[in-house]
Amino acid sequence: MIKNVVSMTTQYPCNNSLVSDGSALTDIFRRLLRIRRIEEAIAVRYLEWNMRCPMHLSIGQEAIPVGISMHLTDKDHVFSSHRSHGHYLAKGGDLKGMVAELYGKETGCCGGRGGSMHLVDLKVGFIGSTPIVGGTVPLAVGNAWSASLKNIDRVSVIYFGDGCFEEGVLHESMNFASLYKLPVIFVCENNGYSVYTQLKERQPNRKISGIAKSHGLSVHKGDGNDVLGIASIADKAINSARNGEGPQFLEFQTYRWLEHCGQNDDDDLEYRPRRELLTWKNKCPIERLKTHIVEQCLVTEQQIDLIEHDIKTEISNAFEFASNSPEPSPAQMRNHIYAS
Amino acid sequence: MHRNITRKIRKISYSKAIREGIDQVMQESSNLVVIGEGVPDPKSIFLTTEGLREKYGKKRVFDMPLAENGMTGICIGAAIDGTRVLMIHQRIDFALLAMDQIINNAAKWHYMFDGQMTVPIVIRVIIGRGWGQGPQHSQGLQALFAHIPGLKVIMPATAKDAKGMMITALRDNNPVIFIEHRWLHHIEDDVPEEVYGSDIDKAQVIRRGSDVTIVASSLMVMESLKVAKVLSEIDIDMEVVDLRSVRPIDINTIMQSVVKTKKIIVVDAAWKAGGIAGEIVAQVVDNGFDLLERAPLRISLPEHPVPTSHYMADYYYQDAKEIAEQVMEFFGYQGNKESIFDLLNTGYHRDVPTKNFHGPF
Repeated sequence: MIKNVVSMTTQYPCNNSLVSDGSALTDIFRRLLRIRRIEEAIAVRYLEWNMRCPMHLSIGQEAIPVGISMHLTDKDHVFSSHRSHGHYLAKGGDLKGMVAELYGKETGCCGGRGGSMHLVDLKVGFIGSTPIVGGTVPLAVGNAWSASLKNIDRVSVIYFGDGCFEEGVLHESMNFASLYKLPVIFVCENNGYSVYTQLKERQPNRKISGIAKSHGLSVHKGDGNDVLGIASIADKAINSARNGEGPQFLEFQTYRWLEHCGQNDDDDLEYRPRRELLTWKNKCPIERLKTHIVEQCLVTEQQIDLIEHDIKTEISNAFEFASNSPEPSPAQMRNHIYAS
Repeated sequence: MHRNITRKIRKISYSKAIREGIDQVMQESSNLVVIGEGVPDPKSIFLTTEGLREKYGKKRVFDMPLAENGMTGICIGAAIDGTRVLMIHQRIDFALLAMDQIINNAAKWHYMFDGQMTVPIVIRVIIGRGWGQGPQHSQGLQALFAHIPGLKVIMPATAKDAKGMMITALRDNNPVIFIEHRWLHHIEDDVPEEVYGSDIDKAQVIRRGSDVTIVASSLMVMESLKVAKVLSEIDIDMEVVDLRSVRPIDINTIMQSVVKTKKIIVVDAAWKAGGIAGEIVAQVVDNGFDLLERAPLRISLPEHPVPTSHYMADYYYQDAKEIAEQVMEFFGYQGNKESIFDLLNTGYHRDVPTKNFHGPF
């Protein structure tokens, strides 16, 4: 749950065009909060044993996909990896289909074949997420290549973490994207950890963005917990890609609050420095926006309560849908091995 | 135009047949692209892609960075989006760099997303051999690919099939691994000029016989046919089944033959352990244990890599001579084997496919 611990250092700069647009900010707040509440509901209900699959929650990292998706349409395509709930939801992925998928039900977005680590919603351009780190990166580039060959006006977005930056396939993909100036947005969510291992144990002391720049990509860096800053960077980068200026590399610093996989806070394992988690919780992207819009009187407490209420109802309906959905029959597992 | 022209059958080589198949599908399907290391270069993948860039342009015929895994993923990503892709690796060994993309994505994308998307990609991989190709340029890795549900894995042996199966593979909506042997490229066959697709999931009896069923794939079909011809002179009448596809394995066609001959020999230019030959024998035993008059025989490669030096490598492969020797032993033939070997002797070096071959690869 969110604590009211926003520090004074996280105010928004007044040069951001969104900072005083009440309805826009309230909408962004609603999108952020919705992802947070959905993830919290999953965490709470995970112990019920109805969602029997690995679960990589993105609490603390919601701002990045929200800030980016604001500038995408349903025609733009998104790919992701194991920690993809936020990416899927921010792109407009159907909540009922997602929760039913977590339940392994026939109505799930993959008919129960995927679970948490394989989400899809083609109607809104969420093409797919898979859990092999780096596995979907070239797919997104191929998606952009295909759009370019067919002269389709579209950008392709690929989300990945700092760990993926160590995968060779990412560099192969950036090389090709750069060679053909493809409209693809590489989004590196740098949360500093690969499972329990810190970045400094895995990469030398040089900049991730510097390598991307050397591949010929346009590089943008930002605070991954500042949704308005992210939105501003995404606006620029996505426009550049749309205008034929080639692949864009966005790196955002952020932090995962819970354990790598599962519903628990695992700070007791002490693989992260003391107080590091607390420091980042103080930079909560949702509280930060909430404080701003409340202090600037852009939203009322009543409106916030209403948003909370609506989200709660939607989540409750989604879980009820999943719970009541039919189970796939064992015979169904033999379907779709080959396409006709 | 004379009407008969479209029905013309000519003798053309396996590599020209592949090229013609690709060309014809590129004509009928404007969303097919061809990509691979060396595709538009002067050697044009053993002439199988010759002139395609000149004909179809740089937006359909691509060379590619030396990034087999990433590029395979990029091709899969394009295929998911409806851009049909033919990807080419000059050596099957190079495709090992791309196994993550082939197995985790291409083979499973349709399945794991509940049939919502398809992956229309053909990956051509070439098995090299001879002229010192050595341990990493010549492996028979068909079993590795055939192990994976979601892939179709084919091994055409004749030029006619090379074209027809290429056309069918390029029209298919699934990932197809098209395995071809470098030593087949020069072999000519009657190939119709018209556009035709051949089955990519069926074996085919390529020589009728009554005494034993020989199941072989790719280059081993050609070697088995040579043996069948020679052994007919000592009254061993071999029925040769061209396997054509290793996933799926067409067990029905094999069993129809075994019902008749009651004996099975499988020739597979690969390692025995965990291989296609063992799989076929297992399926034959599953389906017709009581039919078999003798224990099945597998003719495969020694369980070690091939060395580069021809002084050793010449004794590694199981060609017509070795196949004939084992078939005669299978039948307990007591006559003069040397005269048979003489008939099979090409009188030429064993590390080149033809007298016209001058290297370098």
